[in-house]
Order: sequence, then C-alpha cells, then structure tokens
Amino acid sequence: MIHRSLASARLMRSRASFATVTAVLTLLPHAASAQQAAFDRTRPPALGATPVLTVPTVTERRLPNGPALKVVEHRELPLVQVTLTVAGGARLDRDMPGLASFAANLLDEGAGRRDANALQSELAFLGASLSTSANWDVTTISLKVAKRNLDAALDLMADVVLRPAFSAAEVRRQRDLRLASLMQAKDQPGTLAGLAFNQALHPDGHPYRAALGGDSMSTARLDSATVRAFYEGSIRPNRATFYVVGDISADEAEAALGKRFAAWRTSGPERRPAPVLAAAAKPQGLQLILVDKPGAAQSIITVGTTGVERTSADLAAIEVMNTILGGSFSSRLNSNLRETKGYTYGISSGFAYRPLAGPFTVSSAVRTNVTDSALVEIFKELTAIRDVPVSADELARAKAYLALAIPGDLESTSQIASELAYLANWNLPVSWLQEYVTRIEQVTAADVQRVARQFLPAQQGYIVVVGDLAKVRAGIEALRLGPVTVREVGAIARE
Amino acid sequence: MLRTLLAACLLAAPIVGTAQGAPLRVPATVDTLPNGLTLIVHEDPSVPVVTTNVWFHVGSGDEKVGRTGFAHLFEHLMFMGSKNAPYPQFDRLLEAAGANNNGSTNGDRTNYYESGPTSALPLMLWLEADRLGWLLETMDGPKVDLQRDVVKNERRQSYENQPYGLAFENLMPALYPAGHPYSWSTIGSMTDLSAASLEDVKDFFRTYYAPNNATIVVAGAVKADSVRQLVRAMFSEIPRGPAITRPAPAPFAVRDTVIVLEDRVQLPRVYLAWHGVKEFSADDAALDIAAYVLSGARNSRLTQALVYDRELATNVNAFNSSKRLDGDVQVVATARPGVGLDTLQRVIDSELRLLATRGPNARELEQARNAIEAQFLQRLEFSSAKADQLNAYFYAHGTPDWFQQDLERYRRVTAADVQRVVRKYLLGERVTLSVVPQGKTGLAATRRIVQ
Repeated sequence: MIHRSLASARLMRSRASFATVTAVLTLLPHAASAQQAAFDRTRPPALGATPVLTVPTVTERRLPNGPALKVVEHRELPLVQVTLTVAGGARLDRDMPGLASFAANLLDEGAGRRDANALQSELAFLGASLSTSANWDVTTISLKVAKRNLDAALDLMADVVLRPAFSAAEVRRQRDLRLASLMQAKDQPGTLAGLAFNQALHPDGHPYRAALGGDSMSTARLDSATVRAFYEGSIRPNRATFYVVGDISADEAEAALGKRFAAWRTSGPERRPAPVLAAAAKPQGLQLILVDKPGAAQSIITVGTTGVERTSADLAAIEVMNTILGGSFSSRLNSNLRETKGYTYGISSGFAYRPLAGPFTVSSAVRTNVTDSALVEIFKELTAIRDVPVSADELARAKAYLALAIPGDLESTSQIASELAYLANWNLPVSWLQEYVTRIEQVTAADVQRVARQFLPAQQGYIVVVGDLAKVRAGIEALRLGPVTVREVGAIARE
Repeated sequence: MLRTLLAACLLAAPIVGTAQGAPLRVPATVDTLPNGLTLIVHEDPSVPVVTTNVWFHVGSGDEKVGRTGFAHLFEHLMFMGSKNAPYPQFDRLLEAAGANNNGSTNGDRTNYYESGPTSALPLMLWLEADRLGWLLETMDGPKVDLQRDVVKNERRQSYENQPYGLAFENLMPALYPAGHPYSWSTIGSMTDLSAASLEDVKDFFRTYYAPNNATIVVAGAVKADSVRQLVRAMFSEIPRGPAITRPAPAPFAVRDTVIVLEDRVQLPRVYLAWHGVKEFSADDAALDIAAYVLSGARNSRLTQALVYDRELATNVNAFNSSKRLDGDVQVVATARPGVGLDTLQRVIDSELRLLATRGPNARELEQARNAIEAQFLQRLEFSSAKADQLNAYFYAHGTPDWFQQDLERYRRVTAADVQRVVRKYLLGERVTLSVVPQGKTGLAATRRIVQ
C-alpha cells in the first residue's frame, strides 16, 4: 500500500495536542448548519455546528502499597484495556544507554513459571495483546483483552510486572538480537541522521545524547544482574499508575488489580536519574555535519536545535507556529519543498517535549541533485516565519486544525488510556485540554513570530546531511552556512 | 464521546472465538445512484467523528505494460485541485475543519479517505464530488510533472534508498508471468513514470474515475438519510462512465527460480515465495492460519526454531498475500551475523515439511484462530479501518457487512486443512531471492533444498 505522503497530516501533529478532558469543548467560531436551502457547487459548503463532547469520568483510587489507579468505565463493548506506567524510563539509564528499553523488552520474555514461548502462547490463546516498552520518561506495560478473559490475562500481566525471569540465556539472546539490530542502523540513512544530530546537539553527560535503544558498547555490557538491578531500582510500586478503560467498574478494577499487585514491594535502593552534567547549548552559528553514503539515492537532511521543555508557557503558540511551518500537510515547508519544487516526498518539523528541552528538528529525504537547493529553501522558511507575521488565514487554519482534531484522537480504549497516561506523566489535570484549546484560540500572529524568533534555528543550529558526498558536498559548502565536519558511519553507529 | 470498538449491536459479540455469541454485525445501508455511484452508510453515534472512504475499483493491476506506476501517480493527481476547489484548497479546507485525509493504491483498488469532526462531512463530500466530476478541466502538464517528481522521490525514499527496498520488485516478476497484473510494483519504474503523459492521465481518468466504478462509505456519528441527501445533491449530476471489463489473467505455474541481489545491507535476507490463492477463496483462511502457525507469535514454529532455539535469524515472517485476482505466500528471514542463507533455508524447509506431514496440534490451531480473530476485532475499533473494510467486503462480495462470514472462515479451518495447504502450496515450485551485502554472494541461498 502506497500512501500519498510520509504520514497523514494528523500523524505529524505532536503529542502536545492530544489529551483527554472532562469538559465541553467550545471551539473556534463556525458557520451555520449544513442543512442550507440551496446547494451551490461553486463554493465550499458551510461547516456544520461544532460537535459537543461528553467526556469520560475518571475515578481515581490508590492501591495500599502505592500504585495509583485511574478507571474510565466504558460499557459499550466487553473489552478492557489495562495500561501500567512506571515513571522513570531512559532518564534512569545513567552510564548504560539503552538499559531501560532493554529491561522493558525483557519483561515479557519469560516471567513467573513461564518462558517466552509459554507466555506468548497463553496470551495469544486468550486473544490478549500485551506489550512492554520504555521511552525517555516512563516504562509502559499495556494489556488489551476481552472482559471474560481479563482474570487469566491479568495473571500473566502480574507475572510480567512482578516476576520477570531475566534468565541469563534470555538476556544473552535478546542482547545478541539487539546488537544485530544496532548493526543494521548503518543501513538506515534516516537512523544515521538522527544519531548524528543527537550526538551533535547533546554533549557527553546529557541524558538525551544516547539513542533510546543504546549503542553497541553499552549493549555488549548488558547481563542478567545489571538488568535485574535496574528492574529492582526502577520498576517499583511507588512509581506506578494503572489506567483501566473499558467494561469494568472502579471497584472491580481495584479488586482485580489489588489481588495481584498489592504484594508488589520495593527491594534494593531506588534508582535516580543521573545528574545532568552538561546542558545542551545552542552552537555558535550554524554547524554542518556530513555523513557519506556512497551511491545513496537521496540525501537525508536534519536541521535543528534545542527546543523547549514540556512545561513551557508558550506551548500553544509553539504548536500553532509549528503547524504553519512544518506540522501539517499544507505547511509552508511541505508546500514549498514537496508541492512547489518537487524536491521530496515529504518534509516536516516538530518539537520533542521532554522534562528538559528536547530537540526541534526539520527532517526530509531529498533528491541528491537538489540537496543544496533544499537547504536554501528550508532556511528561507525558517527565516520567513521569523521575519514576517503569518497571515490571518494561515493562523486561523492552524488553530482550527489543532483544536478541532482533538476528538478524533480518542477513538479507542487504548488511545484513551494512553492519553490519560500522557497527561498524568506531566501532572496535568483533566481540565488541561480545555485550557489548551483556550490558549490556542488566544494565539496571535505576534505570538507566532515571537516564538519563531526564540526557538527556530535560523542562525544557530545543526545541519546534518547523510548522502553521497561526492555529489553533494561541493554544493553544500558553496552555501557557506557554517563550518563543515565529516563524520564516518562507523563512528556514529558504533559496532 | 468514546469511540466504541464496534457498533452498539455488537454488545454480545464474542471477542475470542472460543465461545459462541451473537453474530458480529456492522449494519450498513447500501444505495446506488442512477449514475452508478454506490453509497454505504454505517451509523456509529459514539463519538462526534466521521470518516469517508471512497474506493475506485482500479489499481496497478489495471495498468498497461510500459505505463506501470500510473494508478498510484494518478492518486497523487487527485489532490491537485478541481474546478471549484482549485489547488491547494483540498488540503487547506479540510485542515481548517480539523480533518485529515490521504489515499492509497494497491494492485486492485485506489482509495481516498477523510476523517474529522462530523461538522466537516458536507465539506468532505463536496471535495470528493468536485474532483470526481470536475478534475480534468483543470489538469495540465505542470501538475503531472510536479507529482511525477514527488512520486519519484517517494520511490527513492521507500525503495531505492531503503535497505532491502528493491527485493519486492525482483521477486514479483519472477513469481508472476510477464504481463500478469501483479508482476510489477505499484510504485512503477522510473522509466515508466517518466513516460506518463497528460493524455495518459486523461484517458485513465475517463476510463476508471467514474461514479459507476466508485463506492463511497460514510461511517460515524451521522444519519443515513441526511448523508443520502447530501450525496445525491453533490454527486447526481456526474455522468456515468463506460462499462469496464477486466479479463482474468491466464492460469500459470511458478517456475523454480533462484535470484541473488547485492545491496547496501549488513545482514543477508532470504525471501521464499510461492504461488498462492485469491482472497476469500477456499484455501485462503487456511493459508492465513498456516502463516500464523509458522511466524505469528514468539512460540510459532519458524520463530521458535530460527530466532529462539537455533539463534540463526534476527527475525522471520511468513505471510499469505491473497489478492483479488491471485495470490502468493512468502517466508522472509534475516540472518544473524555470520549465518549463511542456505542454513536458514534448510531450517525453514524442515519446518514446512514437518507441518505438511503432521499438521498443527489442537492448541496451535486454537491459538492461531484466537489471535487472528482478536486482531481482526481490535482493528475495527477505528472507524477508518471499519469504513475501509466495509468497502473491501462490498467489492469482493457485493455486501458490506460480511464480518461474521469472514470470522467463520477461520473458525471452520481444521488441522487437516492447514496440513493440506502447506503441502499443496508451500512444498512446490518457488522463487528464492537472496539479498546479500555487496560482494558477499557466497552467503546467498544457492539451491532448492525442500525435496
């Protein structure tokens, strides 16, 4: 199946615009009902009345040993989603990049009395989906199952959370698999560009320097004792929250989880995030990092700089600005480089929001022979949105796009659970979405220009190009954007 | 506000197939306009969201040799503006309504979809009607040239600059005979994309983009009656197009073929491909279950043998790719560092022989049925997936609500069926493609091992 674009416009939107809330949305002003007298083909029909939302009620409880419990009763189908988040994630990796995600991956590779094979067999037999993962901030264990198989599936989930095996044989096997997959990063120009950009932006000692999956050197040091110590120090009940959404009451959920998780105890010292030894600083001017992939059919371009913390008061203005710049299909970057110039299949920009300022990046894969021209156009757009206020039409479109799309992000029980978890991770109240919509409505062209000037790398930032340097280097250097460093593939993705 | 998993009438539907329950139903109304356009509406009031999903019954399988990639190139052109909604209004108006949109092309059909708040439905339908009725008069050479460039970039990104990205294009012409609709890729070749002319575009549109070759599904918090009124108002004056005939491709047998492709990859990968069956035909569900028993879970046979027990592969995937006119079955395995593809092939063949000799045990069969059924139902949690499935069933069976019948196909499969289809399809002639690192042809699978 071939899609028209890299991702649907919706998918390009950043997480900041997703949330669950118990409120009635009052969205942007809209024209009257669609039931108009005469149909005039020559003009777009008026939009109907903005739908009113009735949002779920969240019942909050706490298990005696610490875990919080948030339940949304949703009786339309006999299904239950149980999402467990444990605060921590890759921020706890310290000197072992990739440890949190490796430990998360191993949770369901054998637990309790079951090896990986038996565990998978039983889950599939119950028609249950269970997944485990870690990002920068949390480890997540997620279960979806038919109501009548919930008890049996929760028994398996409890094994995964409380009694992971971490057998030496399985740790070695998964380590070898991860090493093979890290080796394959060398084949992936997009992955290489991301790694090179991260390494440029974040100095040694910064928690975001390493990839979530670690590198070959840290991975080679993983063993059963290391993983178990990480588990004991970080996967703990006092850091845990259960989100239960579906055909279940709060009482039932509390009883079902209490029975299996009330015995969950901490053991060993709690693992704390490493101190941040070095801040990500904006470089002097623009710096270029070129990576040679002889014969590459395209150049992968990443342009970016340090972005902003999740807690920024400018979040709404930044999201509106980014929607106009590169956060939607009809954004300026995509309209210019794809739809006008035909340089690329797609280009987008976005901010990664984390406790510390995450990166802002513009990313695209462009035709080799227009690599330099693409850079010119990218900087033209990064500069234009700083220099000239956006039009009223663009501003209104971006604001409506962000605000009106919110209901569609809450289609499924798993989406609801993950949005609840997202909000809770940032200590945001359920009223946050209403506040966010209000803030979007208040964003002005001057706000957009102000945050563009503050956060976009028009004069300070990193430019990474992964491509056939014999063909693209001279053109890039002729632009005189800044000093050029050439990095080897093997130094970026170390074996 | 919360999206239901399925329609309200599914309340009693079993999510796992081990129990009996009320039949799975996704009620939909079907109407055909005088110009041949079919409208299918599914009312789902749970969330104030609506999806439209238009299928044109044309895909890359309808292309001419020398003009491959055309159906997909045309998909791009459908966003380039029409008489009353000139470029770039299609995307801008929808974004301003909080909606998103996209399209996709495969061998059998091209689809276009929008989803967003229910308030955007009239706009969605108006945009779809305008490009169906009033696209050609605004189509010109520069638009074709521009999207041709975009598609070439897509081809570079998804095929040429992608590790193993050219495997499929090497496999299909070896598996299907020359001229067979599935013997070329949907994206098309660079040469053919360059050859596409404005006249080709116009001919293609006149032939295939007509109301009588289209079906539109509207699913969401809408009322069927008012959707019908809107659709009639907006689409009725678009004239019917010519009747379309699609000659069935001639039957063929796969010839045993061994291919080696050098690529910029670290690890070698082997592709084994067999001739399969049409979608929904008698052996289709049994082949799906066979593929699950081989690689659907960590305890599946090939995964267990290659990834866990012998640690020869980083991953293995078996899948049954049945399509409207024909089908194929593939097993794809990536070697671990230091392992040659003959070794993988030997283990795969040994597992295939075992399954063909003894069939799956009762628990394996039940696990496969349950897992396939759970995946099937969970996908329908999304109105977009449900809308596309209604269209798919309508095209294949003439009825959109074929969900229960689809589930029953899997419930009926026996261990003997799985054993039989493995023997019939997966022990016969096949194409073996090795993708190896540059200069490492010694790692390739060299010979047929199964017999």
